[in-house]
Amino acid sequence: MHLITARTQLSPNVTRLDVVAPRIAEIRQSGQFVIVRRAAGAERIPLTIADADRAKGTIALVIQAVGKSTRELVALQPGASIQDISGPLGRPTELISAGRALCIGGGVGTAVVHPIAQGLHGNGVGVVSVIGGRSREWVIFEEELRRLGEVRVCTDDGSYGRKGFVTDVARDVLAEGGIDVVYAVGPVPMMRAVVNLTRPLNVRTVVSLNPVMVDGTGMCGGCRVNVGGETRFACVDGPEFDGLLVDFDLLSDRLGTYRSHEQLALSRHDEACRIGLKS
Amino acid sequence: MPGSPPSTGRRIAIVGGGPAGLTAAGELVKSGHDVTIFEALHQPGGVLVYGIPEFRLPKKIVDQEVGRLQQAGVKIECNVVIGRTYTIPELRARFDAVFIANGAGLPVFMGVPGENLKGVYSANEYLTRVNLMAAYEFPQSDTPVLLGKRVAVIGGGNVAMDSARTARRLGADTSTIVYRRTRQEMPARAEEVRHAGQEGIRFEMLAAPVEVLGNPQRWVTGLKCVRMQLGAPDASGRRSPTPIPDSAFTMECDVVVVAVGTRANPLLTATCPDLKLDRRGNIVVDATGMTSLPGVFAGGDIVRGAATVILAMGDGKRAAGAIDRYLASAPRQ
Repeated sequence: MHLITARTQLSPNVTRLDVVAPRIAEIRQSGQFVIVRRAAGAERIPLTIADADRAKGTIALVIQAVGKSTRELVALQPGASIQDISGPLGRPTELISAGRALCIGGGVGTAVVHPIAQGLHGNGVGVVSVIGGRSREWVIFEEELRRLGEVRVCTDDGSYGRKGFVTDVARDVLAEGGIDVVYAVGPVPMMRAVVNLTRPLNVRTVVSLNPVMVDGTGMCGGCRVNVGGETRFACVDGPEFDGLLVDFDLLSDRLGTYRSHEQLALSRHDEACRIGLKS
Repeated sequence: MPGSPPSTGRRIAIVGGGPAGLTAAGELVKSGHDVTIFEALHQPGGVLVYGIPEFRLPKKIVDQEVGRLQQAGVKIECNVVIGRTYTIPELRARFDAVFIANGAGLPVFMGVPGENLKGVYSANEYLTRVNLMAAYEFPQSDTPVLLGKRVAVIGGGNVAMDSARTARRLGADTSTIVYRRTRQEMPARAEEVRHAGQEGIRFEMLAAPVEVLGNPQRWVTGLKCVRMQLGAPDASGRRSPTPIPDSAFTMECDVVVVAVGTRANPLLTATCPDLKLDRRGNIVVDATGMTSLPGVFAGGDIVRGAATVILAMGDGKRAAGAIDRYLASAPRQ
């Protein structure tokens, strides 16, 4: 059991839970994730380790409430516990050790970019972060990223920072030159757009993929993705891959495998909440 | 506990709570050793809980056996992935001996077009969703599985039989085993093949898939196969199948389960470079079950490739004896 020590609402549907997991807090590296099972009967879901506090023995999980499982997770309050957390899983980020990196985070993907920026900063790499959201209240991890380097913010509606998408801002940063590598994490269309931007510039671009997973140890193959024409398992070969080689259409398509199941589970969950069976 | 053996004060780490690990733990705790099992999943049992269906092995029996071990003093730490959470060298520093029994690992796919369409599962994923994650109870349980009306299972082993029978019990109108040789060459136990037949599983023999077919929304709609014929015996002594020219045919299906085997999981071995592996990535052991690292033993599928529960349990028992003898002659740490 893993005690929740803090709960922070980061945006209207993104919540941060700080959870006791001392071994993972001690050894986690940039880019790694955990598999979380809230309670008996719950799904196993992969979540990036957004931050860790070795002294307190806690890790930070940043969760976007989209389906039943994630809604139930974010409903947990400090003092409650998560039954199972396994990890750290996945290959650590291949961090450069000198130069300048552009870190692009879209929505909840900004929380995944944060540990990458931490690792780069620790290596003495200059970090420019470009982060964005629908409007001001959807921008997350700005303060944390400012501690690691320059941050440029944009919002779709212009309510904060520049009006536009992260790719618009990223285009400017790349045009200014001096970027050795790009790390981009966000919704599939965003990562695809970033790669379309960097491909002609021939800049190394690393993306972090979030396919459906069950065990997270390579056993099931449900998280398979196509990279450079080859099938790879995101849990053991990734989750980060060379974005220029990723088949984003396939990823996007496979992410829709259980859409009707997710809608059914969610409508049952909402109905149970409405009639007071659940909070 | 009455009759519990005097403690030897020796600590043994077992990697994997499947049949080999559980068997070794039972033997070692009987000898008075302090035994800890590290299990990657949230529940011990390995293939006994994620792979073998309830109708062949009720989970209650596994729970009882695991409970018995815990009562005898075996400690079980779940959610610990050796190779990630700890490495073998780290375990070796904390324990007097280590037994690696982390199972087979990564599922093999066929490498034919259409294998990433929605509705194509590895047998590992299909069975794990249904057994370990109780997808048959969805939406009461949270993990879903696609319920095919027409399910095609590729392969001729016990895992293929389990998958085909599971599909049938989940409500499939047809559940068909697709195998490139004939019944005589099937690696599955004759009893499993017979039980599958009794449950109405169809057998499409001498057929090899060449493509998984899908609709524009990229859902599985069928399986394109070619007819095979048996030629001369190959290295394994089985007659090897060769395709018959112009024999392609299509069978309609909406779920495809690929049960053609597994390859060694690299997570553990990649973080223990001194461990000697064979060319397939399986751990090499001597006659006693000891690996190239003194005090580190291995057994079950990580040594054999995909084998059986019975062989894994045999390995566990044998390794326990070898660990006993090793500790008797090894200096205390």
